Amino acid sequence: MPLLHVLLDPFALGFMRRALVGCLALSLAGPPLGVLLVLRRMSLTSDVLQHGMLPGVALGALAGGLTVPAMGLGAFLAGLAVALLASWLARVSGGAEDSQLAGVFLVALALGVALVSATRGIDLTALLFGNVLAVNDAALLLMAGAASVSLVGLAVIWRPLVLESFDPGFLKALGGRGGLWHLAFMALVVACVVGGLTALGTLMSIGLMMLPAVAARHFSAELSGQVAAAVALAVAASVAGLLLSFWGNVPAGPAIVLSAGMLWALGLLAGPRASLRARLWRPHYRA
Amino acid sequence: MISPPPLRFTDLTCVHDRHPAVHHLSGCFAPGSLTAVMGPNGAGKTTLLRALAGLHPPHDGVIDRGGLAPGQIALLPQAGTLDRNFPIACRDVVALGAFARLGAFRTATAASSAAAEAALGAVGLAGFARRLVGSLSAGQFQRLLFARLIVQDAPVLLLDEPFNAVDARTEAELLALLHRWHAEGRTLVVVLHDFDLALREFPEALLLARSLVARGPAAEALSEENRARARLAAEAWVEHPEVCRDAA
Repeated sequence: MPLLHVLLDPFALGFMRRALVGCLALSLAGPPLGVLLVLRRMSLTSDVLQHGMLPGVALGALAGGLTVPAMGLGAFLAGLAVALLASWLARVSGGAEDSQLAGVFLVALALGVALVSATRGIDLTALLFGNVLAVNDAALLLMAGAASVSLVGLAVIWRPLVLESFDPGFLKALGGRGGLWHLAFMALVVACVVGGLTALGTLMSIGLMMLPAVAARHFSAELSGQVAAAVALAVAASVAGLLLSFWGNVPAGPAIVLSAGMLWALGLLAGPRASLRARLWRPHYRA
Repeated sequence: MISPPPLRFTDLTCVHDRHPAVHHLSGCFAPGSLTAVMGPNGAGKTTLLRALAGLHPPHDGVIDRGGLAPGQIALLPQAGTLDRNFPIACRDVVALGAFARLGAFRTATAASSAAAEAALGAVGLAGFARRLVGSLSAGQFQRLLFARLIVQDAPVLLLDEPFNAVDARTEAELLALLHRWHAEGRTLVVVLHDFDLALREFPEALLLARSLVARGPAAEALSEENRARARLAAEAWVEHPEVCRDAA
């Protein structure tokens, strides 16, 4: 059975199995966060946050060496600092949160690039693009740990977060602290992005979070269905991307994100909802 | 019979960007009263409701809610302030009315989802449980928010223009619900624009033009003379309002 060989043989190799497990962990945790980011009209926020993590990665490497825990912790703290600073500035200065976030992340990014250039031994390419196929135990633990924290955390804050996304005024009238849930959510997003950092790099790690989330709308109309669809798409993209990478000799990070992009295109063209197919194929309704 | 505490406000001033929207307003909504709050556009009706609900911190003055927790004063905002494209089902919107009791973490029981279904039935939306809010008309959406108020079960309800953008039949059914709440002893404060409706259905009225114009039985408070005074007062817009008292 050649097809079975094509599908299974790569995963007989240890490094491919590790990569698969890590990507599956990220596929479970990232897309649900992504769906809520999309609904809260913050689709670009995760992108902004991961750029803002760069100075933390560099400082982590300076303080603790080029190790996964040091750079991961640095990235997490820097991402959290960017998110907190932006929403604090928005509150005290009355500016829109996205404008404050744009300002803070640009400064952080420039600071990060400056720090990376001044630090010997940090490979900027590895930092930006990661290396899925070199996932060691520490990186795997970071991915699994960050994914678990994000997933469980999201489950815990699900109800207030959904209410805050749909009807913030109602939550506020009930005395609920909307800002608190927002910040908890941002912390989970940061944790999840950090989880993908070593494998997929700062540029690619949100691909697995956002692309399935953006595509989910074409597969389900309701929130829980969209979350399930996004997770399924991310799992499919992870497997397809790793296979593509193995057989096509393409770097794994981009291969996974490209696979996710292809699934999005599939949803756009032929998905059951809001797709080209749904637009062209119109049933005739009897009144 | 529900007996909420009276809702008192003393010398209440609320400002938007230094312009008073509610100005030195004192008064009280008695337990179980049904009051129409009326006045021209910009008279401060919505701001008063939001201040009473705790959403607009007063610039000056005191609001005495008689120890009611925030969730026990329900606020129905004006239509159109919600994202109706959000992919959430009607049953979930209504069930979230129990948020004040359940909070963020307590488990929703079978009883609470049954209550949500019953509330949907009570507003004429039986069978809509799994429908998404995006598929509702404006009138149906307003019925949905009333169903959420049923589940919230608050002793004090503040409704901001609840009958805007609904047809006559929906208005009649929602009014019936209002009178049922009134009969149960809840305090109801309803912002309206329709004077005929207020005179017909509401025992009390409060006429507002930033400051108080009149209050009392609807027929007296909403007399032609008072309405003319309210119009005049609302038209007087001052670009740079004087400080009417020294900051203490």
